[in-house]
Amino acid sequence: MRRRWMSAVAVTVAGVLSLSACGGGGDANGTGGQTAKKQVEVFSWWTGPGEADGLKAMREIFEKQNPNLTFFDAAVAGGSGDKARALLSSKLQANQPPDTFQGHAGAELQGYIKGGKLEPLNSLYDELKLKDVFPQQLVDQITYEGNVYSVPVNIHRSNVLWFNPKVLKDAGVAGAPKTIEEFITDLQAVKKTGKIPLSIGSEWTAVHLLESVLLGSLGTDAYNALWVKGADWSGPAVTKALNDFGTIMSFTGAPQDDWQPAAKQVADGAAAFNIMGDWAYGYFHNSPDGGLGKTSKRDFDWAASPGTDGTFLWLSDSFTLPKGAPNKDGALAWLKVAASKEGQDAFNPKKGSIPARKDADKSLYKDYLEWDLGQWANDKLAGSIQHGVVANDAWKTAITEAVGLFLQSKDPAKLQAALVEAATANNQ
Amino acid sequence: MSRVKRWLPGLLLVTPSIIAIAVFVYGMLGWNFKLAMTDQHDEISEGEFVGLTNFFSIWEQERWGISVRHAIVFTLVFVGGALVLGWLLAFLMEKGIRGEGGFRAIYLFPMAISFVATGVVWRWLMNSGQDAQAVGLNRLFDGLGLGFLQNEWYRGQDWGMAAMAIPAIWQMSGYVMALYLAGFRGVPEELREAARVDGCKEWQVYRHIVFPFLRPVTLSALIILGHISLKVFDLIVSVSGKQIITDVPAVFMWVAVFDAHDPAKGATIAAYIVLTVAVFVVPYLVWNARREKRS
Repeated sequence: MRRRWMSAVAVTVAGVLSLSACGGGGDANGTGGQTAKKQVEVFSWWTGPGEADGLKAMREIFEKQNPNLTFFDAAVAGGSGDKARALLSSKLQANQPPDTFQGHAGAELQGYIKGGKLEPLNSLYDELKLKDVFPQQLVDQITYEGNVYSVPVNIHRSNVLWFNPKVLKDAGVAGAPKTIEEFITDLQAVKKTGKIPLSIGSEWTAVHLLESVLLGSLGTDAYNALWVKGADWSGPAVTKALNDFGTIMSFTGAPQDDWQPAAKQVADGAAAFNIMGDWAYGYFHNSPDGGLGKTSKRDFDWAASPGTDGTFLWLSDSFTLPKGAPNKDGALAWLKVAASKEGQDAFNPKKGSIPARKDADKSLYKDYLEWDLGQWANDKLAGSIQHGVVANDAWKTAITEAVGLFLQSKDPAKLQAALVEAATANNQ
Repeated sequence: MSRVKRWLPGLLLVTPSIIAIAVFVYGMLGWNFKLAMTDQHDEISEGEFVGLTNFFSIWEQERWGISVRHAIVFTLVFVGGALVLGWLLAFLMEKGIRGEGGFRAIYLFPMAISFVATGVVWRWLMNSGQDAQAVGLNRLFDGLGLGFLQNEWYRGQDWGMAAMAIPAIWQMSGYVMALYLAGFRGVPEELREAARVDGCKEWQVYRHIVFPFLRPVTLSALIILGHISLKVFDLIVSVSGKQIITDVPAVFMWVAVFDAHDPAKGATIAAYIVLTVAVFVVPYLVWNARREKRS
């Protein structure tokens, strides 16, 4: 009996060894052979319903245009990319970058740039004449010391108030609140009906809410001034904004695991309001296999978040070229698709965002996105905190920490003290 | 020559592992402590030696106080809960009930699952939604007419970490049971017999004969669970992510290193974790070595 076992083990071990030997040989052939497909590792955090569909659409174009390349989807789940970016940091530190990775355009990439982890893409911009097709303000934001390091694929709007018209009607609320004060009155009205006035997800969604409230309470110019060197966070206007934030937070329901379950509460009629970026639209609207399959204006509706009408709190997803990318040509081929009109027009309607390019086909953007394109064309611009436009990583972490502590203490004065400290430590 | 023959092969055999441990465990530990004593607060600067400044200044941060308190609550509930539950299971099975093998396997199975998988399942079970929004355990309570048992689980501000310990207890109590069961079986039957002959009642047999035999088992279990608990990271992250409501030192370290890009701060936290675990483990090793010498 024992001998039979031994021989079985021996056979298995021999099998495993010969298999791995084959594997090694196959790889060696693959890199030398002409017909073999080379892999392009694309790192993103687009795994949720809606966003994954958009990535798939862009991937199909990429594979059609580049028959000799295979797309390797290295996506890591988690809204706002907080888990993905942590993994990415460790990969970059070990000098094992993916071929290209997703990053928010703006201050978030500065850490990578200063650390020498990214290749400038100026020649790609010149080759494709991208400076003519992207909005000037966007190009200015992603230019660092004269170089451009990323290709923006889309524009998202952070300051969107999503609401359930039926829940509002039951609570006797006429329409979307225009100001913070109206918003608080409406939240009170909804609370009386027993529904959740404002749904919320995990900690980062509270930071997301904070940026909309700051913008709504301070106004665009004062908000933008917060990110200028030496800005003052201790003034009475910020105090008032944070008090508003505290009041609004007191109307939130039980925190959900991520933004999707929080948005779903609005779609299901359990909650009245949710402040979330416009990626929620794709989730609400897309067919049930990738979204909730809801009808806009009937099951859900939207407006600029209270007090921010006329301002576009923007963020942008972009792709980069890391130094030492294993397959640089493959990465450039991906960046070309990501920058192209065809690629952006395939990706954005599915993802629920608008293209970074000005020459996109407007007829593809319907419903919410049509409204969004119109706003983008006319609004003043302000950059998002949570999504990496205005604050670099260290500053953003400090703000997130201050908000996390606020969720426990519920003390706006302490929140302001922590935010002042975060600004002095990081605003340079 | 023959003497060399005796020790050389043995030395050659262990040398790779000695070198690997020296470099990858103690070398890295040393490097971490060195980093913790610099002011390298971003990834680019070189960092100057600043002594123990980081070790003191971290206590001024509110988040650090919270994460330490969380680690203590978690450790007390988890270690206490797993010990009591494991002991109880072993005690019930000690008499050799029918189908013992089956029960043993059932109780041990959770240990075969990683903390990450446990965390994903329990995140759903411990969802904090209540009544109409309830899922998981709250839904179960609600459906059974035990609605008053619904609670916010790990989102509770004061005792959230106690709830966080429940999955850990679920996972590790089977292992503690196995340890205790071995302990129970290690009590010589003659001693029990002798006690009974001397007129001990059954509970007295346990009180005076069996339980004293279990003390070393309790100590081993305490050390094993204690060091798991102080380092806990994967369970927390897979249940709630890196939110302050469930922050522990290991999660704080992750945020410091990978989000805030502050290597010195991360190294300081890591150093504290190592030191705390050492407080548990080193006395145990000393005690163990002494005992072995005695026997």
